[in-house]
Amino acid sequence: MTSSIANTRTKADDVRTVREAPSVDAVMLEQRAVGFKTRSIKTASKIAGLKLALSMTDLTTLEGKDSPEKVRALCQRAIRPMPDDERVLGERLPSVAAVCVYPRMVGVARECVEGTGICVASVATGFPSGQSSIGVRLREVEEAVAAGADEIDMVISRGAFLAGRYGEVAEEIRETAAACGRAHLKVILETGELVTYDNVRRASDLAIANIRDGDFIKTSTGKVSPAATMPVTLCMLQAIADEFVRMGRSGSGRKIGMKPAGGIRTAKDALHYLVMVQETLGPLTPGEASPWMTPTLFRFGASSLVDDLVRQLRRMATGVYAAGYDLAGS
Amino acid sequence: MTTATNGSRTAVDDAQGHGRLAGPPVSEWAAAFAAYAPAPESVKVEIAPAYGAFINGRFVETSATFETVNPATEAVLSRVAACGEEEIDAAVAAAREAFPKWAALPGRERGKYLFRIARRIQERARELAILETMDGGKPIRESRDVDIPLAALHFFYYAGWADKLKYAVPGREPKPLGVCAQVIPWNFPLLMAAWKLAPALACGNTCVLKPAETTPLTALRLAEICQEVDLPPGVVNIVTGAGETGRLLVEHGGVDKVAFTGSTGVGKRIAKAVAPTKKRLTLELGGKSANIVFADASLDQAVEGIVQGIYFNQGHVCCAGSRVLVEESVLGEVVEKLKHRMSTLRVGDPLDKNTDLGAINSRAQLDRIEHYLGAGREEAGGFWQSPGDVPTKGYWCKPCLFEGVQPSHVVAREEIFGPVLAVMSFRTPEEAVARANETPYGLAAGVWTDKGSKVRWVAKQLRAGVVWMNTYNRFDPTSPFGGYKESGFGREGGAHGLMPYLG
Repeated sequence: MTSSIANTRTKADDVRTVREAPSVDAVMLEQRAVGFKTRSIKTASKIAGLKLALSMTDLTTLEGKDSPEKVRALCQRAIRPMPDDERVLGERLPSVAAVCVYPRMVGVARECVEGTGICVASVATGFPSGQSSIGVRLREVEEAVAAGADEIDMVISRGAFLAGRYGEVAEEIRETAAACGRAHLKVILETGELVTYDNVRRASDLAIANIRDGDFIKTSTGKVSPAATMPVTLCMLQAIADEFVRMGRSGSGRKIGMKPAGGIRTAKDALHYLVMVQETLGPLTPGEASPWMTPTLFRFGASSLVDDLVRQLRRMATGVYAAGYDLAGS
Repeated sequence: MTTATNGSRTAVDDAQGHGRLAGPPVSEWAAAFAAYAPAPESVKVEIAPAYGAFINGRFVETSATFETVNPATEAVLSRVAACGEEEIDAAVAAAREAFPKWAALPGRERGKYLFRIARRIQERARELAILETMDGGKPIRESRDVDIPLAALHFFYYAGWADKLKYAVPGREPKPLGVCAQVIPWNFPLLMAAWKLAPALACGNTCVLKPAETTPLTALRLAEICQEVDLPPGVVNIVTGAGETGRLLVEHGGVDKVAFTGSTGVGKRIAKAVAPTKKRLTLELGGKSANIVFADASLDQAVEGIVQGIYFNQGHVCCAGSRVLVEESVLGEVVEKLKHRMSTLRVGDPLDKNTDLGAINSRAQLDRIEHYLGAGREEAGGFWQSPGDVPTKGYWCKPCLFEGVQPSHVVAREEIFGPVLAVMSFRTPEEAVARANETPYGLAAGVWTDKGSKVRWVAKQLRAGVVWMNTYNRFDPTSPFGGYKESGFGREGGAHGLMPYLG
């Protein structure tokens, strides 16, 4: 992966990126976001959507009390979200996309998922506040990568962004991207602290300009309320669409990934988000799927979502909802 | 993405060593999801083989009848009374007889009836929505989320006014006019009935309402609701029929007030017929409303507004934003975004909950739209229509637009009443205003900009009854609606909506 961006962009470029970001009208944005919820996803589309959502989930545990044992259990759930899938559904469900843990747990997670195709994602850079010096934050990234992380979820300095020090925010993103090396980067904007959609759009454009093709922008740490919402995610998806096409301007054709995180708990929520991705980022030919409908470009950051996805898949197959004890051990 | 280029071990792309997971069929799932499997409305609504007219609290059979069809399937839904002189006489006489008692009723008592009607509409909302969709072709999503709830809200709103009329006309005693002849269009059948009946009844008038001949069924359900709430016989009469029935009604000597919503052509004929009489008149007619998009607007949201402005209800909306004026510097970007958004609109079975554009209301209307598409292709060129298939039976028109339209082109001047958008450009606010006003109509307009001062300046210059700022096609019973110029006169909604029904 090239990191040529890091070498060529200047602070003036970063300020210009923020200034040129389009304004966002809150009323119509929210109205559009509500519109996705009125799509009625049934039968074959629902089953396909549930499996897709499962394969896109970053199963997450980010608590002070996380232990190697807890991470191992999480990994088991990540590999086989529904242990009796073959008996009940007659097929194997997909594994989730990644497990997301603190840097100290990366080694344990790496060992557990080795050979399964599941990625290990690690939050780093002074997560969740980002209130450490840049040297410390970069060191954390390097350690996580060295321990085997495939993906790094960084937080931006919201204070610097809100104070208008866009060059500083951008520089940190570029340095983090460089420290990631071959690992993918996800830039957490912490939209709950940026508050306005205009800020979300500006921060999205700033992050997008400073990351690599295939890297992600992400809504939230999950530690601040509100976390991911549909309008915020829509605002960020529109930034991604504009980066890809840049209508009327020079199109970069870069595909930036999107990860809403925090607050997405039900299968129904997940299906609404998928509708939003489908209708916002393509298809350029109707009836076809959006190129973003893949775990390489779209992720859900969630901890309890997997349970409900499995519960719904089970219900679609058996006609009954699972009792609590059916999910024991998951 | 492969391991060689970025080192990521993603479950989908990395085949090496992950036998079990080798290629989970992500793209298959994505395709199956994106197809949106059919989600048909499951409730079946009973439709009688024939309906009489609703006169003096009873359904009355007539010798002449006509068919009402489902425009999405071309199947006949029912046969409906074609009211002639005899029925119109009877309906007007019933309304005349009921008037003194109804007018003398204390406002709060009239209000109670209106509240009951509103609640009954809510209780029967699903049935009404399905019927509206079957009879008129509009998507169930719209009849369910817009038409029926708004119809109930109109009755709720004017129920509240019934005992407060003195505050609406300070300094004089509010008096009803008498018998109101109300003729409504087929684009929002039940909602238009509510717009007409609710303020008239709140003010103490009695009504003879004629629904459009292609969409009579929900108005007849409303007649049933009037029976259910024990509305005194004759206060509301509903006479079905085509243009001739409407002519007989508005020209009837026993009528004190005429209210019409429909085409400007018919409106002019009604105005001529009513001119030499003592009848009061309000008209809500056609439009060719402009949506003005400035370069500093939030473009993604403006595109959303353009789509809602013209493709809502297949463009069968009198205030549809059928002309979009885009500042030249962002024209290309807006059109590209617009086409992309139009590609996500789903055209087809109106009873499917995922349908965005349903059927065109009638064969005649489809012919009319197709005539304009032909004229537009000859004159304007730059025709683009969203891709995809439509059902073989029924009347369909996929959303489309013309680029590079000049003000002289027929698609820029005449009301098409279909999902057809004329795209034009401008360079300065003055030019935008001049172009927007360059029409015999003046029903509505939209302004899209992030700059408050510009919004206010433009809105002041526009000759239109409604100016939406950074939104479009938003309706509320508390807000007056009506036109300038050939879009008619009189206001419906809000306290203004009481005036045409008070002496």
